[in-house]
Amino acid sequence: MAGFDKVVSSYEEAMAGLTDNMTVIAGGFGLCGIPENLISEIKRKGTKGLTLVSNNCGVDDFGLGILLPDRQIKKIIASYVGENAEFERQMMAGELEVELTPQGTLAEKMRAGGAGIPAFYTATGYGTPVADGKEEREFNGRHYILEPAITGDFAIVKAWKADRYGNLVFRKTARNFNPLAATAGKITVVEVEEIVEPGELDPDQIHTPGIYVNRLILGSFEKRIEQRTVRTA
Amino acid sequence: MALTREQIAQRVAQELQDGFYVNLGIGIPTLVANYVPADIEVMLQSENGLLGMGQFPTEEQIDADLINAGKQTVTMATGASIFDSAESFAMIRGGHVDLTVLGAFEVDTSGNIASYMIPGKLIKGMGGAMDLVAGADNIIVTMTHASKHGVSKLLNQCSLPLTGKGCIKRVLTDLAFIEIKGGKFHLLERAPGVSVDEIIKLTEGELVIPGHVPEMTF
Repeated sequence: MAGFDKVVSSYEEAMAGLTDNMTVIAGGFGLCGIPENLISEIKRKGTKGLTLVSNNCGVDDFGLGILLPDRQIKKIIASYVGENAEFERQMMAGELEVELTPQGTLAEKMRAGGAGIPAFYTATGYGTPVADGKEEREFNGRHYILEPAITGDFAIVKAWKADRYGNLVFRKTARNFNPLAATAGKITVVEVEEIVEPGELDPDQIHTPGIYVNRLILGSFEKRIEQRTVRTA
Repeated sequence: MALTREQIAQRVAQELQDGFYVNLGIGIPTLVANYVPADIEVMLQSENGLLGMGQFPTEEQIDADLINAGKQTVTMATGASIFDSAESFAMIRGGHVDLTVLGAFEVDTSGNIASYMIPGKLIKGMGGAMDLVAGADNIIVTMTHASKHGVSKLLNQCSLPLTGKGCIKRVLTDLAFIEIKGGKFHLLERAPGVSVDEIIKLTEGELVIPGHVPEMTF
């Protein structure tokens, strides 16, 4: 690796340094825009005791759900976890710690974490179980709660296109949490569908600047659809 | 007669105004999109990061990278934009969305809403609902007025964990259109053929009845 070239050639290299009990932030919404091969690499490595930060936890046999059978996840911070039978079983049995976090708060926690902001006030969750144990404060007659930011030892991200310097472009709603996750990892690993030479991406069209990206790998993707819905003629 | 799901959606659609940016929750609220009056334009916001959601795709148009907040494949309307989740919730929390429609298990006379969790039974998470109810000023909750067993869902005080506190002002059920103000429910309209007495019987929280309660029209 030389200069700003972030490209690595194997998934083993991409996830090197991930060890037990680390915190991993993952991009994706449902199964859309998830770093599917980086997740598979975590399964292969067998890393345990992980704290996962992700909007969802995949389904039983795809996405983050594949880390459940070997009990690799100790805790998950997510907004919605309804699509996964093994998840529900582990949660009800107390084997898996779940911190349900409102979706917008989760996104903002990542954004703040990546931007060096330690915490922020939000009206979301005031007066609900989410506010338990959190500082409350009134601004202009409205109630807010203090939400701490999140950073990760690793962030795993799926983008559409990148140049070798790690400048990223996302595609359609596969963007979702990915740009936020990318900013919040000590080591941010990105897998993409296409890598081009620096200069080939229009600087005006780059969604995530390469400064946030540590490692970049070219992958191929299944892109499973969770709710295939079509129009009736 | 109690309203059907379609009729609830139809009645909500009457509240849409030209130029509205609208977020529709999963379930009945999603159906509202089918009843947008022909002479107005609205743009649908999907909180996973799409403003300008179009109809469902044809088989040929399906794109795994293009879904709505219910994880269904969708298309983009003309003039759509795409953004990340923080930007999406900045729109919601910053009060830029003109109307939010979402479902609930319970609402109460203080404008509290419970919609995401039944302890010991259903624990899937709140998704974006807590952000939506905290960020929007103009919210319509759609729900059935009572359970199948006749237990009211319009209460003096919600019994389930709250999604938001003091944030709901309008509720459309299969029986009635209700406003919440001053710590009371106010009956605005009733479903065609549904008597005021029937609504009173299935409303636990204090209900203010005006002299005349018009029937909804479609």
